[in-house]
Amino acid sequence: MNQSGSVLLLVLLLVPLVGGLVVAVLGRGGRAERAAKLTALGFSLVELVVAIATWVGYDPAGARLQLTFSADWIPPLGVRFSLGVDGIALVMLALIAVLVPIVIGGSWAEKLPEGRTAAGFFALLLLMEAGMVGVFAATDVFLFYVFFEAVLVPMYFLIGRFGGPRRQYAAVKFFLYSLLGGLIMLASVIGVYVVGAERLGTGTFDWATLVTVVKDAPASTQIWLFLGFFVAFAIKAPLVPLHTWLPDAGAEAPVGAGVLLVGVLDKIGTFGFLRYCLPLFPVASQELAPLVLVLSVAGVLYGSLLAVAQSDLKRFVAYTSIAHFGFIALGVFAFSSQAQAGAVLYMVNHGISTGMLFLVIAMVMARGGSRTISDYGGMAKLTPVLGGLFLVAGLSSLALPGTNSFVSEFLVLIGSFPNAPVYTVLAAFGMVLAALYVLWVYQQIMQGPVRGNALVGLAGGPGAAVNPDSDTARASVSDLSRREVAVLAPLVALVLVLGFYPKPVLDVITPSVNATMSEVGLSDPVTVQEGNSR
Amino acid sequence: MTNLAAAQATLAEAAQVGAAGGVARFAWLLIALPALGAAVLLIGGKRTNAWGHLLGCATVVLSFLYGTLLFFDTTDLDPQRRVRELDVFSWIPVNALQVDFGLRLDPLSLTFVLLVTGVGALIHIYSVGYMSHDADRRKFFAYLNLFVAAMLVLVLGNSFVTLYFGWEGVGVASYLLIAFWQHRPAAATAAKKAFLMNRVGDVGLAIAIFLLFRDLGTTQYTEVFARAGELSSGTLLAITLLLLLGACGKSGQFPLQAWLPDAMEGPTPVSALIHAATMVTAGVYLVARSNPIYDLSPDGRLVVTVIGALTLLIGCVIGCAYDDIKKVLAYSTVSQIGYMILAVGLGPAGYALGIMHLLTHGFFKAGLFLGAGSVMHGMNDETDIRRFGGLFRYMPVTAVTFIIGYLAIIGFPGLSGYFSKDAIIEAAFGQEGWRGWVFGGAALLGAGLTAFYMTRLVLLTFFGEKRWEKLTSADGRAYHPHESPSVMTVPMIVLAIGSVGAGAFFALGDNLVTWLEPSLGALEASEHGVLPHALVPVLTILLVAAGVAAAWLLVGRKPVPVTRPVRVALPVRAARADLYANAINEALFARPGAWLARALVFVDNKGVDGLVNGTAALLGGGSGRMRRLQTGFVRSYALSMLGGSVLVVAALLVVRFA
Repeated sequence: MNQSGSVLLLVLLLVPLVGGLVVAVLGRGGRAERAAKLTALGFSLVELVVAIATWVGYDPAGARLQLTFSADWIPPLGVRFSLGVDGIALVMLALIAVLVPIVIGGSWAEKLPEGRTAAGFFALLLLMEAGMVGVFAATDVFLFYVFFEAVLVPMYFLIGRFGGPRRQYAAVKFFLYSLLGGLIMLASVIGVYVVGAERLGTGTFDWATLVTVVKDAPASTQIWLFLGFFVAFAIKAPLVPLHTWLPDAGAEAPVGAGVLLVGVLDKIGTFGFLRYCLPLFPVASQELAPLVLVLSVAGVLYGSLLAVAQSDLKRFVAYTSIAHFGFIALGVFAFSSQAQAGAVLYMVNHGISTGMLFLVIAMVMARGGSRTISDYGGMAKLTPVLGGLFLVAGLSSLALPGTNSFVSEFLVLIGSFPNAPVYTVLAAFGMVLAALYVLWVYQQIMQGPVRGNALVGLAGGPGAAVNPDSDTARASVSDLSRREVAVLAPLVALVLVLGFYPKPVLDVITPSVNATMSEVGLSDPVTVQEGNSR
Repeated sequence: MTNLAAAQATLAEAAQVGAAGGVARFAWLLIALPALGAAVLLIGGKRTNAWGHLLGCATVVLSFLYGTLLFFDTTDLDPQRRVRELDVFSWIPVNALQVDFGLRLDPLSLTFVLLVTGVGALIHIYSVGYMSHDADRRKFFAYLNLFVAAMLVLVLGNSFVTLYFGWEGVGVASYLLIAFWQHRPAAATAAKKAFLMNRVGDVGLAIAIFLLFRDLGTTQYTEVFARAGELSSGTLLAITLLLLLGACGKSGQFPLQAWLPDAMEGPTPVSALIHAATMVTAGVYLVARSNPIYDLSPDGRLVVTVIGALTLLIGCVIGCAYDDIKKVLAYSTVSQIGYMILAVGLGPAGYALGIMHLLTHGFFKAGLFLGAGSVMHGMNDETDIRRFGGLFRYMPVTAVTFIIGYLAIIGFPGLSGYFSKDAIIEAAFGQEGWRGWVFGGAALLGAGLTAFYMTRLVLLTFFGEKRWEKLTSADGRAYHPHESPSVMTVPMIVLAIGSVGAGAFFALGDNLVTWLEPSLGALEASEHGVLPHALVPVLTILLVAAGVAAAWLLVGRKPVPVTRPVRVALPVRAARADLYANAINEALFARPGAWLARALVFVDNKGVDGLVNGTAALLGGGSGRMRRLQTGFVRSYALSMLGGSVLVVAALLVVRFA
């Protein structure tokens, strides 16, 4: 074995992997449910500690890829087991490590379909975590591809075995979409290898090496190879019109899996744009940028309008995410450091705010027993804390200043404007639509007279008004439990802290974004001008 | 050469912006205090029920006291040194874009600090009484504190981005407070409408900021103002119009005025503080604050003036037709802000006048709203003035303070509205050519109409027949009008004193204009007006008298029906329908939008998804339908693999031949 470097990332990869296996073994006895949950939580917290160590060990002003680890894997093909992070991958790893314990807490009381064990569920969550760490930490293109495909497996089972009524349909659809994208990408991965081999003399999948040579390939080659990666990533971070798997998967996935799917897994797509599409194929990226910008803005407006018209709570969240992914893609392909830093921060923030929205909605559904928005009404009167936190999640989703999402959305838009004014202005109207879909859903569920149709024990006929002060109303619908508050509290804190003081995160992201910009060979449209004191 | 000289002059001006030291080093406390109050009340929840309202009042009173201290600290300085900055922390730093969370302490922002915390403190105190029966009073104070904090960010921030922060912050506070009684569908809908229409304006403001960053690389006032001359005239015009769009949203100006009357669904102290005295005047602040930009774009200013003139008339006309005491006052607010917008649109001849009217309006309109709230408090929350009448002797303090506010708003000589509104009408007539006639005429006509609808309001409420005696309120109770407790009347009295004296204090000796000079520049006197200066006040008083007389003839000297007449002339019908603003919004945006969204759902399910599923079915063989994919899984997998392999080969070929 020829290996070198820091083992920190290897530990980060192994902790959840081992954890997943331990939990799976533990849960074989029928009565070990609680032990399995606690073990899973324990491993996820250890992972959080390792992630903090990784964050501390990373030097924003340092090398392009840091904390690298490399070992031989398939020497004849030049495939190595290489890990490493830049600022962009680092913030994603941090997001994963923060979200998984929260997701485990949020899934604590998850009602699983008959015949399924909690151990299986929590083991799959940890395996998901390991897979996602691998995707973001891999610096060997082939290894990246392997993780890209591997992560499908736990998610497939999470949706297909633990999901809602149409889980089979949704899981297969998710799997086929991703697999198809992955296979197209595989073609491009091989293509990149071939181009690299031609220019280097020896074959390698090492990302850092390939970046230096593939960018000189002819434009037509670049365009084809770019498209291979792009289609896979555009399915993952669904851009219209490749998005239709997400509402089904998001709606049928159990809440914990839904948070990880939309909050993190889909970011593989936008991460892939930044890590693979742009640096490897700078010419193609610039040439095809207008196409991507059209898809992005279409996603913002189309996703928002569809979110407004949804009648299903979970599909609603999925469509809001499609709109948000439009913003992220806009930021990536508008080619300015502000927009790209905004896009990366958006990836983190969307994980936080949509994760929170998913969890809050699960708490609503746990009380009302229905996914249909019109089954609810006036809930804030009975559950004021839940109502308030629903609104916090919603306001973050609509990018209110003071919340995390504002900083990222603002950066994306202000950074995109100089190069893509028309697209930016169109996307900016997504802000109005975001306000509409958030406040409209909030109004239907939380405001107005209390309606008993969906609220357990309040049945007074469909849509019947219920006296909120009656004892039956109070007895049947309780506000958030301590566990639920503990699950949401860290997210609220992140929403506010990143809203007011995003600088530590931006300081990590910005150098990597600058490096990406120079790999594309572009400079910022707006630079520090003479006469500006700051 | 002249450009260069001008640039140097403005740079020199910028250089005078000093760092805030001494007592001003803690200016962030102004914002932190109410923000802390809001946080404690929201996180503490029911545990703070016993003392929450006291904390809410205390934070704002402390902010006001500190604001007063800062005010005197600033008046001690040389006028050239009265613009100071305070960096708090670096907020959004990415390469060329460096947005700091910083404060700008200058005469303009300190004036607003005193208005917001002063009137805010009075209304907090009033709310202790007004909301005393509400189980969620603590939450109400949390939201009010949140509002004050956000409004202070808006006026104190030192860049367009911090302004935007406060701008949307007050928007959400306004949303929360309009929807305070959120179990009422009308309140929830009104709150949503307010936020949405505001967001349309916010998009305008945001795009203006994008333009500033693109062309100047900064969003900070000091640098933007120093270098505004570098912007092309087209960009300048665009920025002025986009800022105006933002102002229209926040300040209820045409074409975004329709949310403000609906916002009256909120508790009355909210209407007084947010939807009359402070938040809705933020648009005026924005234009005045951006004066170095507006100075450079006469065309942009012209549009501002036109919008102001148009809105002031729209507000007056609709105000004449309503019977709801709060909605009449709301349209009156729309109209009075129209005056302010008109004034700041006049440029150097009007910025300070707009601010002056803003301040006097803050006193008398807040007083009027608190009076309306006091009337409602004593009348089972009734708002229909046709069901009032003869209330003077039942609530004398309310009646007297309300009538003082009324005299102030119609511009009774000597009261504060007289000084501030007359100054605007004169400045409007001071414009050259057709502008003088049109804007002056609109402002003059508005004064007459204001006198009419306000007189009607006062007569129907406090005088004449006691129409409520034979009626019961909607919940079946008889009316027992009574005066409000002193925790409510004292703030009304204080505001009434302001309504009497503030105008004279500001206007005589040009106190306010001189004080604001470091922020707004010197006030230009109009030399080439279309009417002699002396004539304008005379005309105004004549028109006001005519308005009062007309109202008396209509509702003062004869009994008024309790239900409003249905068969009325077309103009009245149009005014009652808000001049069809809602109908137009509905027809142009709401219905097509809803239709489009529903159509897209259909397209997404049948079209996009169908297409994709169809492709999958094709790949999976002719018989493969998605519902059968479970069984056909391996086959599709194999076919996908095959497809993938084909692509691999294709990719290789591409590489070879490329």
